[in-house]
Amino acid sequence: MPDLLFELFSEEIPARMQGRAADDLKKLVTDKLVDAGLVYEGATAFATPRRLALAVQGIPARQPDLREEKKGPRVGAPEKAIEGFLKSAGLTDIAQATVQKDPKKGDFYVALVEKAGRPAIDVLAEILPLVVRTFPWPKSMRWGSGRLTWVRPLHSIVATFGPETEDPDIVPFAVDGIAAGDTTRGHRFLSPGDFRVKHYDDYVQKLLDAKVVLDPARRRDIVLHEARQLAFAQGYELVEDQGLLDEVAGLVEWPVVLMGSFDPAFLKIPGEVIRSTIRANQKCFVVRDPKTGTLAPKFVLVSNTEASDGGKAIVAGNERVIRARLSDAKFFYETDLSTRLEDRLKKFDQIVFHEKLGTQAERIARIERLAVELAPLVGADVEKVRRAATLCKADLLTEVVGEFPELQGLMGKYYALAQGEDAAVAAACEEHYKPQGPADRVPTDPVSVALALADKLDILVGFWAIDEKPTGSKDPYALRRAALGVIRVILDNKLQINLSSIIQAHQRSLNEKLQGAEAGFDADLLAFFADRLKVQLREQGARHDLVDAVLALAAQDDLVLVVRRVEALAKFLDTEDGKNLLAGVKRATNILRIEEKRDGTRYSGAVEAGLFQDAEERQLAQAIEAAQHEAEAAVAREDFAAAMAAIATLRPHVDAFFEKVTVNADDKAVRANRLRLLDGIRAATLAVADFSRIEG
Amino acid sequence: MPHSDLPPHMRPERSFQGLILALQRYWADQGCVILQPYDMEVGAGTFHPATTLRALGPKHWNAAYVQPSRRPKDGRYGENPNRLQHYYQFQVILKPSPPDLQDLYLKSLAAIGIDTALHDVRFVEDDWESPTLGAWGLGWECWCDGMEVSQFTYFQQVAGFECAPVAGELTYGLERLAMYVQGVENVYDLNFNGRDGAERVTYGDVFLQAEQEYSRHNFEHSDSDMLFKQFGMAEEACRKYLEAGWADGKKTRHLMALPAYDQCIKASHVFNLLDARGVISVTERQSYILRVRELAKACGGAWLATAAGGAG
Repeated sequence: MPDLLFELFSEEIPARMQGRAADDLKKLVTDKLVDAGLVYEGATAFATPRRLALAVQGIPARQPDLREEKKGPRVGAPEKAIEGFLKSAGLTDIAQATVQKDPKKGDFYVALVEKAGRPAIDVLAEILPLVVRTFPWPKSMRWGSGRLTWVRPLHSIVATFGPETEDPDIVPFAVDGIAAGDTTRGHRFLSPGDFRVKHYDDYVQKLLDAKVVLDPARRRDIVLHEARQLAFAQGYELVEDQGLLDEVAGLVEWPVVLMGSFDPAFLKIPGEVIRSTIRANQKCFVVRDPKTGTLAPKFVLVSNTEASDGGKAIVAGNERVIRARLSDAKFFYETDLSTRLEDRLKKFDQIVFHEKLGTQAERIARIERLAVELAPLVGADVEKVRRAATLCKADLLTEVVGEFPELQGLMGKYYALAQGEDAAVAAACEEHYKPQGPADRVPTDPVSVALALADKLDILVGFWAIDEKPTGSKDPYALRRAALGVIRVILDNKLQINLSSIIQAHQRSLNEKLQGAEAGFDADLLAFFADRLKVQLREQGARHDLVDAVLALAAQDDLVLVVRRVEALAKFLDTEDGKNLLAGVKRATNILRIEEKRDGTRYSGAVEAGLFQDAEERQLAQAIEAAQHEAEAAVAREDFAAAMAAIATLRPHVDAFFEKVTVNADDKAVRANRLRLLDGIRAATLAVADFSRIEG
Repeated sequence: MPHSDLPPHMRPERSFQGLILALQRYWADQGCVILQPYDMEVGAGTFHPATTLRALGPKHWNAAYVQPSRRPKDGRYGENPNRLQHYYQFQVILKPSPPDLQDLYLKSLAAIGIDTALHDVRFVEDDWESPTLGAWGLGWECWCDGMEVSQFTYFQQVAGFECAPVAGELTYGLERLAMYVQGVENVYDLNFNGRDGAERVTYGDVFLQAEQEYSRHNFEHSDSDMLFKQFGMAEEACRKYLEAGWADGKKTRHLMALPAYDQCIKASHVFNLLDARGVISVTERQSYILRVRELAKACGGAWLATAAGGAG
């Protein structure tokens, strides 16, 4: 079967857009092929700075013929309806349609429409230009006098189609004056001429001859391998950086990896600053000494050309730029060190954090108050927490953070240490931002913990107060991440704190500032935490229904207890007793639901011993009372395993009850009493979880 | 003309003025009108009406020029080897952008001695936007061995109007480029006239004193009260000229777009001076930028109603 080779050759495509564009190209073309009845065998897409390419293997040469029965109007329908049917079915006379009998609704016409499949190349000639015209670039542009939009000017299109063994045909189409052909170009400098290509294999080989590595994964491999080798040869180790690797692979068609040096005197600057400088501005890698882990005065650059001097001039040029950049960084760093962090704070009075939530200075004051309140709850020294809260945002006003925002926090730590702050205070300046993402570390030092919680809770309470909650995919202030951060800090450090009262207190102090702020949102915010907790626990493998069953109980704002209860519940439900009891409780609940609905009443409250007729009733009632009492006492001790064990004692009695006792007795009072007994089972289990939320 | 045919003092890798002359000559050979700098203070070559206004409307236009550019905030009292509050940009505008614009650009680098057999030239994504001009475009920073030597932009919108046809704009940072080809680390050490010994004139000889004086002025002494007034006056004058410039009540022909635009340029520079002086707060800053943009948009609209804007 024939293959398609499709290449869109343009001016330099931004590196960050290439991967997505290759995926989109593949999806758009293959979806349209499938829609057209052309089921292909395989497809691969590639991107380089100057081209998007797609190879689709095994496309049928023709679309299959289509036979379709088209249902028409009733026999004897108005003329207009018949006419419309003939037109849509491509018939000239109603005699060409058959009549289908339908004794119920009346006979109707049916037309057999036969559509011959078209040659695939004709279908491609429609699909491909459409894909070009509707391509979903994040940002596209016009150029010259044309109207076509593309990410950067589009210069040529290759579209060949044919079986592997033959010379392919060119798919006949043009977009805005650019006709598809079989000619492309190689590397901009190393092989600028054009050449003709046939199939994918031929294309890849000719590109390679013309100094273009088509596959981005291959380019990444080359860069990584050569960079490691170069570092290793000098006794160093590459500081790997996936994001940078991806970007660099998108900036070159022919990666040539070179190593340069910088003045070791710059190593006095913190390593992260050097790395950010070299990475952000120059897109170069840094290397370190594998023994000490500290940076070496070397960098690895990836050029796009094989220079005639072996790269000497390129290395020298990059070294010059890096020297200038590091000089700037050093200047920034040293300038920053000359001002104490607390002396910067005045400026925060002028900086608006959020129009409705006031200045940064006000936010810092709120964080401080909350952190101090949290300090004893997490075992932190109050004065250290207060100091850390005061200083923790000051680095936002430093030159280095202004230049490299990703170093916020870290620079705060360095500057705090440099001015002789306590180690825990300095660490908190960095760690209060943590955890930033699922892979990030959770702080454990109590000072950091208090500040990390205060920082995140203030944001959450603040944005809830002004009703700017995350909606759908929109979460501009990363509130979901903040809530998840709070959850992880609490759980990892096993902090038993009542989130609800802390939120309420912070809300009150915020409301003094926010006239007319929405009041009483704490329940909504707690529900948001509950949702985040569910997501978090599910990711750790917990059953979401068990989490629901626990969260459905009143006043669950101690996250550590929630998790322990879920764990105990999961263990219990794994036992024979647990499974049977769950079945019994479900049965009781179902009966109750049906009967309560029928009678339009709610059966609850104490059972009357005088109405018991069977021993099983009496025994169950006693068992419920004992189990409930025991379970509640165990819960109060936070001993959930014991609570589950207490509930488990119900099992034989519940089983015996259902075996021997008919709930719907003839005597109304007896029946009502039995229904109340069933409610007793439900009520007793509520001491550990809401069993009705548990699946199975 | 190959460099070796030039007298040493005229070679682009030896003298700052030689670099400028080489670029002018190259772009003249490509059919550009070689203009002189606009006679007003501007923040970038783009402000020159030969770019801002000529980018609008259907008429073809190819021009190149040097534009002294003022960024009051970038002054460093002559103490920073790379930053200046006054520097030169070499600006090229080609409308419609020709299909071989990238090649033309690379040849211009060859014309000033940057050989792509030796150097690594790259086009790295850079979207350009000028909030004050209501303009944006897509293109790249052009890197030579890791150093940004030019900006390359396909204008999509200027003064809030869509550019059709699209103009291609090239901006060379001349000092940086000269430092590169001369192999100099400090801008003030650039050889300006390409002569040696006693005849040698450096960039510092020409501009160091100016950098020191203007830094003092921009950061410490510029008269804020007067500047605030000037901003208001320029804004008012711009609006007045725009209003008075309409040929008739139908507003289809404008007769004073250029003088009005001068006042927009003025307002923009005065804003930059006030900003450098630190007398505009963060919130106010945005509103000043918007005020200049409104002027730029109105001037763009007026320009489109003139002959060179393609009207009638």
